Amino acid sequence: MAETLDLSVFVKRTGELAHMDLAVEGVGCAGCIRKIETGLKQLPGVVDARLNFTNRRLAVDWRPAELEASAVVDALERIGYHAHPFEPQRAESDEAVTARALLKALAVAGFAAMNIMLLSVSVWSGNVSDMTQETRDFFHWLSALIALPAATYAGQPFFHSAWRALRTRALNMDVPISLGVLLALGMSLYETATHAQHAYFDSAVMLLFFLLCGRYLEHAMRQRTRAVAGNLAALKAEVAHRFDAGGEVVMVPAAALAPGDRLLVRPGERVPADGMVISGASAIDESLVTGETVPRKVTAGATIYTGSLNHSGALTMRVTAAGSGTLLDEVERLLEKAASARSRYLRLSDRAARLYAPLVHATAALTLLGWLVAGASIHDSIITAIAVLIITCPCALALAIPTVQVVASGALFRSGVILNTGDAVERLAEADTVIFDKTGTLTLPEPRVENVEVFEPELLEQAARLALTSRHPLAQALAREARLRAPIAGAVEEPGQGVRALIDGSEARLGSAAFCGASDAPDLQADVSSIVFTHAGRRAVFAIKQRLRADAATVVRALAAAGLDVRILSGDRASAVAPVAAALGVTNWLGGLKPADKIAAIEALKRDGRRVLMVGDGLNDAPALASAHISMSPISAAHIAQTHADAVFLGERLMPVLQAVSTARRARRLMQQNLWLAVIYNAIAVPIAIAGLVTPLIAAAAMSGSSILVTLNALRVRGRAPATREPAP
Amino acid sequence: MNVLVYLVPMALLLGLTGLAAFLWSLKTKQYEDLEGAAWRALNDAPPPPDTDKK
Repeated sequence: MAETLDLSVFVKRTGELAHMDLAVEGVGCAGCIRKIETGLKQLPGVVDARLNFTNRRLAVDWRPAELEASAVVDALERIGYHAHPFEPQRAESDEAVTARALLKALAVAGFAAMNIMLLSVSVWSGNVSDMTQETRDFFHWLSALIALPAATYAGQPFFHSAWRALRTRALNMDVPISLGVLLALGMSLYETATHAQHAYFDSAVMLLFFLLCGRYLEHAMRQRTRAVAGNLAALKAEVAHRFDAGGEVVMVPAAALAPGDRLLVRPGERVPADGMVISGASAIDESLVTGETVPRKVTAGATIYTGSLNHSGALTMRVTAAGSGTLLDEVERLLEKAASARSRYLRLSDRAARLYAPLVHATAALTLLGWLVAGASIHDSIITAIAVLIITCPCALALAIPTVQVVASGALFRSGVILNTGDAVERLAEADTVIFDKTGTLTLPEPRVENVEVFEPELLEQAARLALTSRHPLAQALAREARLRAPIAGAVEEPGQGVRALIDGSEARLGSAAFCGASDAPDLQADVSSIVFTHAGRRAVFAIKQRLRADAATVVRALAAAGLDVRILSGDRASAVAPVAAALGVTNWLGGLKPADKIAAIEALKRDGRRVLMVGDGLNDAPALASAHISMSPISAAHIAQTHADAVFLGERLMPVLQAVSTARRARRLMQQNLWLAVIYNAIAVPIAIAGLVTPLIAAAAMSGSSILVTLNALRVRGRAPATREPAP
Repeated sequence: MNVLVYLVPMALLLGLTGLAAFLWSLKTKQYEDLEGAAWRALNDAPPPPDTDKK
C-alpha cells in the first residue's frame, strides 16, 4: 500500500532510542528467530531486536532519527512475517510483577526449607541416638536464624491477603495459613529458648514452600493465557484511514483514534470506531453489532458502530464518543448495571475456608480446655493446642483447588479456550442453562456460499479465483471456496459493481446482477445476498448467507445430553432465527431482542435459580455476557463482548464450548475429591495432635504426603480430555 | 562435634550461593523465554557481533 502507517502511539521513547513491542504471526522454528533478528538488525538504525519465542513477541530498539516505526513492520513483512505493534495491557504487566515476586519468595522458601530440613533430620536422628543438649539447641537456633527472615519474606503474599480479608471482616484460606505459620514459628522459638526437644521451624517453612509452588503455577498459567489473548487482540487490531489536517489520508492504528477524527471507510473494510456518517452512502453489515444479518442502508447522518462491515460504497465518518440515545450508550449503561448487580462470586476455596477456619480454631480451643481440665500444665496444654493448629494448617486444602484449576485451564488452553478469570472453571461447572446468540456464535462470523454443490467444480473454481482479486465482502465469501489460491491475473475492478477479467480468451464478470447482465436472476430471500458470475455464456448465481458452524448441531445435542437446557436469544429477526433453531433442535428460542431484553431474559432465569452460561459475540451481547453466571465469546467477537466474557474460544468450531463445560465439570469433581482428601487427612491427623503425640517428623511427613496426594489427583483433570491442537498464538 | 564449626557455615554458604545464583538468573531475565532458549541452541550461525554489547 502506498500510504504509510503512523505507529507513533505504540513507540516508547527513552532518550535517543525508541522502543516498540510487536506480536508476530507465524513464528514456529529456530530459523524464524534468526531470520527475524538478523533481518531487523541489518536495517540502518536498529540497535537491538529480540524475539521472545514463548509468547511470540518481538522487542525492537532503534534510533528514531534514522528509521520510521512503520519501516520495522514493513521489513518484517518483507521477511515473511505479519507483525502488529501492541500496547501491553495494565493487567498483564501487573501480573508479570506479581509472578516475579512469587518466584523470588518461592526461591527463598525453597532455600530455607532445604537447609532447615538438613538441620531437622540431624536433630531427629540425634534425638534417638546420642545428641547432646547443646548441639540440639545450636541446631534449633540455627534453624530459627534461617526460618524467621525467610518466613517474613516468603510469607508476605499470604500475610497481606489474610490481612486484607480480616480488615473487611471476612475469612479466606490465607487466614488459617498465616495463623498456622506464625504460631508454629512463635512456639518453636519459645521451645528453643526453653531447650525443648521439638521445634517446628521446618513445618512452617515447608508449608510456605508448598503453597508458593501452587500459587506460582496458578499465576504462570494465567500469565500464559493472558499473553496469548493479548497477541490475538494485537493481531486482530484494525487500521483506520484518517484524514489529517491537510485533507490527506493517513493510515493509523484504530487504537490511536480520538473523537472528532474524520475517517474514510472503503468498501470491504470494517468500521474502525463508533461514529456518524458525514458523507457517502453504503449498505453495512451489522451482524457483529446487533446480530441482524440483512445489511442496513446508511447515508449522511446515520450512526455506525465499530465492527460493522462496509459493503458497497466509500463512507466518510466522524468518530464520536457514545452519544445519548445510541445503541452504544444503551449498551454501556446496561453494562454498568450488570457489572454492579453481579454479586461477587464466592470461590469454592473461600467457601471451604469459611467452614474450615472456625472448625479448626474451635478444635484447638477445645484441646486446650480439655487438657487443662484433664490436669495438664498450662504450658503443655498450649503446646498441644498449637500442635493441632499446625497439623491442621490447610496445606492440602489450600492446594486442593488451585492445582486443579491450573491443570484444567492448561487442558482448556490446548483445546482452544482461553480463560479470562481465575474462577471461570468453577462457575462453568455449575452452569445448567446455555444461552446462545445466533449470528456469529452459532453461525460462522463470516458469510459463506450456500449453494456450492449445484455448480460444476471447474466453474466454481474460476469464479472463486476471480473473487480473490476483490475486497468486496461477498466476493471474499466466494473466494473462500477457491482451492488454488491464485487470483486470476489482469482483473479490473469496477467500484461498487464487480470485477472482470479475461479467462481463456473470453471475458468473465463477477459482481452484481446488473453488472453481469443478468437482471433476470431469481430474487432471493432478504437475508441471502447473491453474487453473479458469467463466463462464455455460462452463468452462476451464488447465494451467500450466514452458515451454521459445522459442528453446531452435534454440540447442541451433546450439551442437551449433558443435562443443560439450551436456548437461543438473538437480536436478529424471528424469521431468521426460526430455521436455525429448527436445524439445531432447539425449541426454546426468541428473536428480535434488544440488549435490555437479553438481560431481562437472563435475570428471569436467575430468579428461577438457574446458573446461565451465555455464549455470544456481538456488541449487543456484551451486557448479557456480563450479567450471566459465566460467559464465553468466540475470538471473532466484538472487542467489548470479549472483554466481558469469562472465556474466549478460538477457531471455527463450536466444540470448545462443549469441551469447556465437560473439562470444567471434571475439574469440579476433582476439586471436591481433593477437598475430601484434605478432610480425611485431617480426620487422621487431628486425633493424633489432640492426643499430644505429634512430633515434627509426623507433621512434616503428613504435610508433604497430603500435598503430593492432592497434586497428583489434580493431574487427572487432563485424563480423558482429547488432546487437540495448540492454538497458534 | 568441633567439625560443625566449619561444616555448618559451609552448608549455609553453599545454599546461599545457590539462592543468589537463582535470583541473579531471575534478574537477568533468563526465565522470560524458556522455549526460545531451547530453539536458539540449534542455531548454527555464529551470533551476530552486536549481540554481545547491549
